[in-house]
Amino acid sequence: MRAVCWQGVHKVGIEEVPDARLINPRDAVIKVRKAAICGSDLHLYDGYVPGMMRGDILGHEFMGEVVETGSGVPNLSPGDRVVVPFPISCGNCFFCSQEMYSLCENSNPNARLAEKFWGHSPCGIFGYSHLLGGYAGGQAEYVRVPFADVGPMKIPDAMSDEQALFLSDILPTGYMAAENCNIQEGDTVAVWGCGPVGLFAIMSAKLLGAARVIAIDRFPERLSLAHRAGAEILNYEEMDTLETLREWTGGRGPDACIDAVGMEAHMHGVQHAYDKVKQALRLETERPGVVREAIQACRNGGTVSVPGVYGGLADKIPLGAVVNKALTIKSGQTHVQRYMKPLMGRIENGEIDPTMIITHRIGMDDVPDAYQMFRDKEDDCIKVVVNLAS
Amino acid sequence: MAVSMTREPAIDRSLGWFSVGLGMAELLAPRAVGRMIGVGDRSTVLRMCGVREIVSGVGLLSGRAPATFAMSRVVGDVMDLALLGASLRSPDSNPSRVAATATAVAGFAALDVYASKVELQSSMAEAQQDVPVHASLTINSPPEQVYAFWRKLENLPRFMSHLESVTEGPQQRSEWTARLPGGMQLRWQSEVVEDQPGRLMSWRTVAGSEINHVGSVRFEPGPGGQGTQVHVEIYYGMPGGPAAAKAAQLLAMAPESLVTEDLRRLKQLIETGEIATTQGQPTGKRSMIGRMFSAEES
Repeated sequence: MRAVCWQGVHKVGIEEVPDARLINPRDAVIKVRKAAICGSDLHLYDGYVPGMMRGDILGHEFMGEVVETGSGVPNLSPGDRVVVPFPISCGNCFFCSQEMYSLCENSNPNARLAEKFWGHSPCGIFGYSHLLGGYAGGQAEYVRVPFADVGPMKIPDAMSDEQALFLSDILPTGYMAAENCNIQEGDTVAVWGCGPVGLFAIMSAKLLGAARVIAIDRFPERLSLAHRAGAEILNYEEMDTLETLREWTGGRGPDACIDAVGMEAHMHGVQHAYDKVKQALRLETERPGVVREAIQACRNGGTVSVPGVYGGLADKIPLGAVVNKALTIKSGQTHVQRYMKPLMGRIENGEIDPTMIITHRIGMDDVPDAYQMFRDKEDDCIKVVVNLAS
Repeated sequence: MAVSMTREPAIDRSLGWFSVGLGMAELLAPRAVGRMIGVGDRSTVLRMCGVREIVSGVGLLSGRAPATFAMSRVVGDVMDLALLGASLRSPDSNPSRVAATATAVAGFAALDVYASKVELQSSMAEAQQDVPVHASLTINSPPEQVYAFWRKLENLPRFMSHLESVTEGPQQRSEWTARLPGGMQLRWQSEVVEDQPGRLMSWRTVAGSEINHVGSVRFEPGPGGQGTQVHVEIYYGMPGGPAAAKAAQLLAMAPESLVTEDLRRLKQLIETGEIATTQGQPTGKRSMIGRMFSAEES
């Protein structure tokens, strides 16, 4: 079969690899119909996530058709159209039984590596480094899905592939980011980053009752989508973020701040240079400009929600502000399985149209170029969907 | 576990507290102590003895190198007897009190000698089983079930990756075979020392085995009935002769992380019915180094 493989920093290629097959009783093999490139895949592309090996098959956002199931997967049959959550979760452990699926204790065969970095290991994730299991990903013709009796969800006939695809990651991720804000009637939520996760966070914050959502970015095409999703827009190239947020909230600051940017934030001036240099020298693994700004902007007693991906160590985090302003910080890889069903309902009844963020539809051969285009935000790229259905 | 049972920590603790108490008295009220034991006013000497007592006492109570600290008390006792003898020449000493004190010190000396011997013996026993391994993990299943899975020793090779087979024999004995890198095998015989269903099991290897260890596994209910905390404790020893090299090879494989990985697989088997793996999955072309570590298909 053909698959998109990581071949080194800034090198992604299509390779002919052996077909995916069943390994454990609770596995299924899925023939991928649609896959997407995630913003977090760009951190792999840029080489900022440790534990990648040449030849790793990429991709953790995908949906497709079941072709084979193991003896432990009574819920699926060949031909079922399913969307697959990016966290691999057993459904049996302490965390799964509390619906904290991304913290599954049993799905990461390399848990010992993750424990060295973080103390404890999260779940395994498709195509997202050997720290998170080294599982082959879904930017491929076929993919093996472990614990297929727990993760994949059948797609109703009336729902298109593209409508269902983003239930695998970014829609639940944006939703959980907003849910983590504990939004109260009348709240103002500020969202840094109007990529796919930021846009879904904006829509979700509105659905959860936020009176105002302020979207922060610098790319006009992204800001205009944010505006369409119901946000007031703040272009940080034209306005000072902290000053503007203070002014727009009557001096109090947003009730909640969402960092939908993560480890490769673009900032201005000295701060950006400082983080660029330290990251290049591997003295820190992140450029945490957004999380700093979110902490600084947030109102007293507010919440900073971090769906953006960070992997290691960040410098100059204003912990003093966290303490003295009594902030709550919430984060985590998304417990996708918890949100798939209710969000599928919201798609079905038209509350959310996930397809509005798609800007590029390509075939597998164009994937390597698309990584570079998406990373550089060329051609107003916001979301790339790869069509694999032949 | 089996090793620590052979110690006599009660004696250490009593002697330890006695040392600390006596030391404090000598340090803080040397005149009163001097009158009591009949040596008169020897404040400086008694204060120094007090410091020595406190060091021995704290050392014994700390539980580190107990044989050394018990031996330091024996030395102290001999010093005390010598000092008592010398004090008789002084005019302000009280001979009958000094005699009574000397008798008491001699009694303590005997106890100290006994304690230090016990400690020396047990530290020697420990020296033979000198590579300790501890690992623990919580499993989302009641202690009785985890115990039952483990107690059926034939199950162990399903999650202990280096084990080839375990065969249970008569009289609580079992035959074990482990794989070593390079296709070598390591064999030993083990016997159950203690078996409390649903709670714990301990074992030791039988003489003539190629590797020498004692171990225990405890199954403790998690707080609020949340599953089972499994605690494994093993002390490996080095056998002599031709087996030594093989045993060293096993120990070089970092037994602590081996046991931790084994527990992880046990947890996966019990909780999910299978062991998470990527072995056999497809991959693109690996680099040369990647090929050395990879068990996938490419």
